[in-house]
Amino acid sequence: MRLELRGVTKRFDSLTANDGIDLIVEPGQIHCLLGENGAGKSTLMNLIFGLIRPDEGQMIIDGEPVWFANSGEAVRRGIGMVHQHFMLVPVFTVAENVVLGFEPTKSLDRLDYAKAREDIRRVSKEFGLEVDPDAVIEELPVGLQQRVEILKALDHDAELLILDEPTAVLTPQEIDSLMGIMRSLADAGKSILFITHKLKEVKEAADVITVIRQGRVVGTAQPTDSEEALASMMVGREVILTVEKGSSQAGDDVLAIRDLVVRDDRGLAAVNGVSLDVRAGEILALAGVQGNGQTELVEALAGMRAVESGTITLRGRDITNKSPREILDAGLGHVPEDRQRNGLVLSMSVADNLVLNTPRRAPFARRGTRNLAAVRSNAEHVVKDFDIRATSINEPVSSLSGGNQQKVIVARELSRPLSFFMASQPTRGLDVGSIEYVHKQIVRQRDEGIGVLIVSSELDEVMSLGDRIAVMHQGRITGVVDPSTSREAIGLLMAGVTEEAHA
Amino acid sequence: MPERTFAPFAAWTRFVRRSPLVVTFFAMVLGLLVGAFIIIVTTPTVLDAWRGIFHSWGSPGHALKVTFDNVGAAYRSMFTGSIVDPPQFWHSLTTGHNWSLSLTPISETLTYATPLIIASIGVGIAFQTGIFNIGANGQAVLGGILGTAVGSMIHMPTVIHLPFTLVAGIVGGVVAGSVPGVLKAYTGAHEVIVTIMFNYVIYAFLIYVLLSTSLQQPNQQNVISRTIDPSAQLAPIFGASSGLRVSWGVVVAALVVVFAWWFLERSSLGFDFRVTGANPNAARASGINARVVIVMVFLISGGLAGLAGVVQAQSTTHFIDGGFLIGNAGIGFTAITVALLGRNKPIGIVWGSLLFAALGVGGRAMQAATGIPLDLATVIQSAVVLFVATPVLVKEVFRLRSTHSATLELATKGWG
Repeated sequence: MRLELRGVTKRFDSLTANDGIDLIVEPGQIHCLLGENGAGKSTLMNLIFGLIRPDEGQMIIDGEPVWFANSGEAVRRGIGMVHQHFMLVPVFTVAENVVLGFEPTKSLDRLDYAKAREDIRRVSKEFGLEVDPDAVIEELPVGLQQRVEILKALDHDAELLILDEPTAVLTPQEIDSLMGIMRSLADAGKSILFITHKLKEVKEAADVITVIRQGRVVGTAQPTDSEEALASMMVGREVILTVEKGSSQAGDDVLAIRDLVVRDDRGLAAVNGVSLDVRAGEILALAGVQGNGQTELVEALAGMRAVESGTITLRGRDITNKSPREILDAGLGHVPEDRQRNGLVLSMSVADNLVLNTPRRAPFARRGTRNLAAVRSNAEHVVKDFDIRATSINEPVSSLSGGNQQKVIVARELSRPLSFFMASQPTRGLDVGSIEYVHKQIVRQRDEGIGVLIVSSELDEVMSLGDRIAVMHQGRITGVVDPSTSREAIGLLMAGVTEEAHA
Repeated sequence: MPERTFAPFAAWTRFVRRSPLVVTFFAMVLGLLVGAFIIIVTTPTVLDAWRGIFHSWGSPGHALKVTFDNVGAAYRSMFTGSIVDPPQFWHSLTTGHNWSLSLTPISETLTYATPLIIASIGVGIAFQTGIFNIGANGQAVLGGILGTAVGSMIHMPTVIHLPFTLVAGIVGGVVAGSVPGVLKAYTGAHEVIVTIMFNYVIYAFLIYVLLSTSLQQPNQQNVISRTIDPSAQLAPIFGASSGLRVSWGVVVAALVVVFAWWFLERSSLGFDFRVTGANPNAARASGINARVVIVMVFLISGGLAGLAGVVQAQSTTHFIDGGFLIGNAGIGFTAITVALLGRNKPIGIVWGSLLFAALGVGGRAMQAATGIPLDLATVIQSAVVLFVATPVLVKEVFRLRSTHSATLELATKGWG
């Protein structure tokens, strides 16, 4: 399928999300759409898929001008979309999920499972996507679930496949396998529109690269261009991709975790006997595919989740099962994984959010009465020091961009005396510029002699930031390695393959 | 952006789009229109006039005139009965006579609004914390019981007796509020269920104390309490001889408004409350103790409800009976609606209470003057709240829609 966009424009009130976008996807081509968060990639995809309507411009599919009224029309016309968050029913089988919405039926409206299974076997074989049609989705690893999403699109005879940030939840090995699948689909004549902000993947997969920034196409690039060139095109200025940091001056242990067991919401031991040490003046990066217990570990450290057994010691003080207040007072700074859920009160002002966990500390309050002047002057200082882009310190945090919201949290946590700093997915959803900034702040804390724990599912981040790397798999630490270790070796640890398991 | 080209107009547009006050105003207009419609379809003379269009005896002009006469008379009597009667007021202004008559409507409205403001602020503070205090009525009743006991059975000079009685009311509310508060904080019991059920416990307790304890009026078989000593009553501001009922309770309500504003906007505990209400997860992560907040909310909310109950008893009847705050008189329930109407903000609640009181007082005047039943006032009250709760609808009707509809989030968040 040949897809062409001509001068596509979409405005939301005063914001122009897409501004005269021109784009051509040829059959058999992997076309990569590269842009920061908020550049307008998702808006464009939603326009193509018929989820929103354009203000101006044309879409031409195989020579025929068309806009879809809804996603059903788009699917029938041969467009398949694999969302960042999978749209699968966890308790259904692969076959049931694939035919969902377009179920083959026998007489009297009975579902024809035999035909569904047969279809899936045929399509899997054709494109080399091996999946058991009778497997239940929730029992499959994330990489296979994504494969089911792709299969679903192909089963509906998709000729153009849109993949929206497909690699965020995958291990390095799974990413490699996805790249292989994309290539074989392209070889079979399918068109692929691959949306991402990760430069490495772009270089690996793309035939053609279109870079968009602030809703406009700023140019096309070649996969052979350097990562720095791609990044500066995407951000609009020079970018330093590697984290600049000297060697660490590790001191004594700040945080000691011993045989920790923590249960998740379903009562399973999500953290199953973890022991870790973080020393003053070093960054320990915790790698692992999402959902392997990192979230529960961090919650336990912050006092947000009960510890079943084991101990956590911060600066020689036992903080196991202490309240968040006591742990904060013991000197923990914490950037939570889900910033909007746990880190901010979106309806409150920037100034209030900046004192969210120190509202009673002098000078922000005295004898139960808040000192709003102090809160304001603190906000003015911090906003300037941390370069938070807000029109006013009194506007609600919800009106800030994701990157600036994250800066509010980082700034709040770093602007009080700490002994230990912990950040979960500190750069998730941030643009390159903000990532650079957050990384610099984290390294600065380390250099000031604070122990730092970074939890990230982005291997690049783990490898460039960590002084030591701990890898977590299914609630256990599968290895603590040096950052010079190869990606492949870390990838194996992330998949749970340890040396003992080899032997 | 074309808005920039006509600056003054743009400023007005922005104000209209953003301000919740505007929606409230238009919700009121819609509520009155609903009331007008009901007057039309329930008043035989109006209906007859419209039927006349199809017969020889009427014309559309006549029908319209009859409609406007009836609706106009109803709303006029509502206004003059609850706020001011302009000719009467002008008479007093020019002659200096009959001030009592001129000021009675507004005095009555204030009298009804006073306990409502206090109770609604209690409910509003709980709402802002994300807590549904449906038990405000029971808390008000217990406040009334305790306050009446102190006011009628202990005898002291005014300077001590009056504050003691007020405090007794607060204590009653605090006691009643602490039960659901502690249950929720320590067992996770849902506050809506507990407060609703606890209301009935308190109603039963009311009947018990009025029949079986020495709070019952001596030498009486009826369900009625002793009378509160004059030293513990909230006296009419302009003296008993003025004929105006508005009491010093207004001052109590004003103090409560100031306290609530300070508490929510300036105090550390109030900040904790608002953070908890807006995002309980972030509240926990930032070290706010949820249990302390839950218990404190119920103590404060209950205390204010109790104060409302005792103020009601001290300023109007001076005794309580078996029907005290029960049924339609349940200010604890009206307070939920008023808090919603005022978006849980003290000033908003003051206006909401005044509106509700005016519609209630005016409704009685309307009934007396035109025979249209008082229930119409209730219909208008309900319609206004309904429209306030559905800002999207109001904006659609009055073309106030903007893409920033997020500015008007619902004042409450469902049964958390």
